[in-house]
Amino acid sequence: MKNIKYDKIADVHKAPENRIKNAFVAFFSGGVIGLLGEGFIEILCMQFHLARSDAATIMIVTFIFLASLFTSLGFFDKLVTKFRCGLLIPITGFAHSMTSSALDYKKEGPIYGIGSNMFKLAGSVIIYGIVSAWFFGMVRYIIGGIG
Amino acid sequence: MLLFNSFIFCGFVCMISQIVLDNSKLTPGHITSILVVIGAFLDSFGIYDMIIKIVGGGAQLPITSFGHSLIHGALARAESLGFMGILMGMFDLTAAGITAAIIFSFVFTLFFKPKN
Repeated sequence: MKNIKYDKIADVHKAPENRIKNAFVAFFSGGVIGLLGEGFIEILCMQFHLARSDAATIMIVTFIFLASLFTSLGFFDKLVTKFRCGLLIPITGFAHSMTSSALDYKKEGPIYGIGSNMFKLAGSVIIYGIVSAWFFGMVRYIIGGIG
Repeated sequence: MLLFNSFIFCGFVCMISQIVLDNSKLTPGHITSILVVIGAFLDSFGIYDMIIKIVGGGAQLPITSFGHSLIHGALARAESLGFMGILMGMFDLTAAGITAAIIFSFVFTLFFKPKN
């Protein structure tokens, strides 16, 4: 009973979140990330004459590198609290979650700390990705859409 | 034109997830998992390939493209090897991303101390 009352009071005094502004900030920052990615691919294609698929892989690896580096330097968390989904939904969020959980559990040692906690947040993405990809792949294979 | 499409598409995906995040009790972990499943679903009928053709790099950055490349490699291998190919080709295209993420986070974790 007390908890319900407390929740009601807390709800009233919560700072009003500006959802429209949040959505716009996420749109703009996500868009800039996408723009940088596409620009980087085009530069690689033009300057080094790479195939587009190879350039895309290099671009993804570069973004993962930058996100991991910025996370371990400590200022990616501040950017994430500012831009929210604009940085969490692109592949940078994946690298950020891996590096930050590895850093958080570093003091528990190399095996039970870094080794077993690195995929604490990113593991769900990989597991549900693989399970759903396997399921849809089997459906597609049984229906006979391949070949 | 690809640059503009990249901006719009990547921004649109991020905006949708931000709206869902603000108006429901889902955490970013839920949303990224859901997006991966959506990406895998879209690619199993070839829709995501079409999006990548129109949008370019902007469609390969959101986490939906992770699901897309998982199933894309699996189906490519399944063409020659049957349903065992689905298991063997699953990581064909995502190997670079996952390996890079593991190696970079491990190396940086060794060299840097956690802040706060």
